[in-house]
Amino acid sequence: MVVAIATDVDLVRARAEGRAQAVALGFTRTDATLIATAISEIARNIIVHAGQGRIAIRGLQEPERHGLVVVAEDDGPGIRDVEAALQDGRSGRGGFGLGLPGARRLMDEFEVVSAQDAGTTVTMTKWRVRTRLELLHARRSPGG
Amino acid sequence: MSVAILQHGDYLIASIQADLTDGQVLELRDTLADRLGVHRIRGIIIDVTAMDVIDSFVARSLRSLAITTRLRGAETVIVGIQPDVAIALVQFSLNLEPLHTALDLDEGQALLDRWTTGAGRGAG
Repeated sequence: MVVAIATDVDLVRARAEGRAQAVALGFTRTDATLIATAISEIARNIIVHAGQGRIAIRGLQEPERHGLVVVAEDDGPGIRDVEAALQDGRSGRGGFGLGLPGARRLMDEFEVVSAQDAGTTVTMTKWRVRTRLELLHARRSPGG
Repeated sequence: MSVAILQHGDYLIASIQADLTDGQVLELRDTLADRLGVHRIRGIIIDVTAMDVIDSFVARSLRSLAITTRLRGAETVIVGIQPDVAIALVQFSLNLEPLHTALDLDEGQALLDRWTTGAGRGAG
């Protein structure tokens, strides 16, 4: 599922979509909230720094765990110094500069690929270990 | 707008009914700041029970509302922060000073009553 990001209304749609998919993948309500909040931060980064972009949200099903992957892409001016942008309190445009570092703390894996004038791609994942009961069910019905 | 604003005595109660866009958050902040002066309001309660995401932008806007309110001689209390939203805010390690919070509307009103009556005014 890809959500186009251009206005603050899209931001609401993106976090609702993230929450819905997280719940469908069996994440707790708390994890779904953390995911929706992280999506909100990176979607706003797209609007503020690039004007527009897109956020793809999908599930990852591994034998022992389920994941939710969020890929946010834009064709904006890019981030000159990614390491600096991931530090707390740094921001290219005022504010607290909490967007990227905040989203990183809410997720399990977080990667930023960016270069000046070459856009930015943020890939972030949250994992959920499958319970013993789920694994038992999966073994009984192969492919489940 | 997805926010109901009621006046109750010296207080304004803003009840957020659904997830807000950034534009609606700023609109709420400006509306409350305006009404504060018109109605001689001494306290604002913002009920965020229906908000299932409070990210850094919303938190910062609420904080700036609280500062604006205080500069105009009134206090703001945020009530109804959901447990999972609270966990997200902690992970952000956001500094929300000088925002005051209470569990629900009743507690929020009790807090404002303590501050805005007699000697209690200005404490906290």
